[in-house]
Amino acid sequence: MSDFLDVLTNYDILGAYWVNIQLAFFSAVFALLLGLVLAMMRISPVPSLRGFGASYVNLMRNTPLTVIVVFAILVLWPIFNVSFSDNFNQNFFWLAVLSLSLYHASFFCEAIRSGVNTVPVGQAEAARAIGLSFLPAARLVIMPQAFRGAIAPLGNTLIALIKNTTVAAAASVAEVSILMREMIESNGNYVIPIFLTIAVGFVILVIPVGMLTTYLSQKLAVSR
Amino acid sequence: MDNPGMDAPATQPAEASSDVLVSLTDVNKYFGALHVLQDINLDVKRGEVLVVIGPSGSGKSTLCRAINRLEPINSGSITLDGQKLPEEGKPLARLRADVGMVFQSFNLFAHKSILENVTLGPLKVRRLKPAEAKKQAMELLERVGVANQANKLPAQLSGGQQQRVAIARALAMQPKVMLFDEPTSALDPEMVNEVLDVMVSLASEGMTMVVVTHEMGFARKAADRVVFMADGRIVEQAPPDQFFDNPQSERAKDFLSKILTH
Repeated sequence: MSDFLDVLTNYDILGAYWVNIQLAFFSAVFALLLGLVLAMMRISPVPSLRGFGASYVNLMRNTPLTVIVVFAILVLWPIFNVSFSDNFNQNFFWLAVLSLSLYHASFFCEAIRSGVNTVPVGQAEAARAIGLSFLPAARLVIMPQAFRGAIAPLGNTLIALIKNTTVAAAASVAEVSILMREMIESNGNYVIPIFLTIAVGFVILVIPVGMLTTYLSQKLAVSR
Repeated sequence: MDNPGMDAPATQPAEASSDVLVSLTDVNKYFGALHVLQDINLDVKRGEVLVVIGPSGSGKSTLCRAINRLEPINSGSITLDGQKLPEEGKPLARLRADVGMVFQSFNLFAHKSILENVTLGPLKVRRLKPAEAKKQAMELLERVGVANQANKLPAQLSGGQQQRVAIARALAMQPKVMLFDEPTSALDPEMVNEVLDVMVSLASEGMTMVVVTHEMGFARKAADRVVFMADGRIVEQAPPDQFFDNPQSERAKDFLSKILTH
């Protein structure tokens, strides 16, 4: 057993998790913002915006995340010169954030849209009747209620995003799943404990998110 | 029907001397194959209280909602104060700000306090200063008798109180005309009068009102004119005494016999 502890201390597991946390944080912020814009498009009165929003969601949601990450590092970067940093590792980190953001924005969009569906149509009619046009009505009346109704699905999407940060391994970002593979390759006799350690780490990371969203979805629920 | 505002350019308000505030000309509206408004011609004069009655499905709510374009119409024209209803966007929003609307299901903004419900339009549409908007809102809430509930959320109020707040919210925009779409139909019976009282006092102060309702008592008491609709048409219109005591059309006689026998 002490040998296994040696294995653990020989690797910077917390440092690797920190990379996943950073990937998750930045991707969640960008994906949520983009998802909000997409959701606004999808409920807007302009048909072309609605069409764009729907096409984006259907394309991104139905493409495997690994394919998007590989597309970013093999097409966006070398062919379209999308680069965030001269530092190779930094660049790949941000390409992974870009991929995760573009992918999860479609899920955040749909979560927000499910929240919009919890807002009775009369709320929008009342907003229009006092003279609010689409954007102010969405900002002041619809979206504040939609977010409160969408906390649970938003939380689910965030949880999926946190775990999907491991796909950044496809962009050679030094995160936990790459570390796990390295650890197993050199310490094959400890494959199960190593695997369990990494899995438990994610459980510890994700459980508070689930608890928080459950708490918030009850606390912030709009009473009607 | 005489319609002085019609020839004016669409963007120009008619002369102030015009006493027609809302004018519907040859309005038609379909829900799919259903012809819900058929060749509606109707003028509402400044200060007039118009009560629209009729069996359900007669198109009276649709008529009411067409006046601020919550329901777009398929043909014909609707003008407000001589101005044709804009199709979309900012001009339409500006026009709606001048038309107060009270819904059957109140539709108070569920996440905002009573006070915020009333100040939202004045702050964001009329650009009033916060102190000014609050002062005006409190006066209106006082007037409809719910000032002591100002900091509660809509769900904490009774239906009657919520509907009175909804009236205050509409009045806060200082509308030219108030539309009431069955304002008491969703209320418990004991709360109907508290809402009707507010409407009667509003009518007596000279507010132009279009009221879709089943409250015949209100129609008799406050209406200047009763419009009876059936199957998407205006079948009959007359002052309330004349309409209720001596209806001309068979449809109206039939309708009244069904609702006034109890």
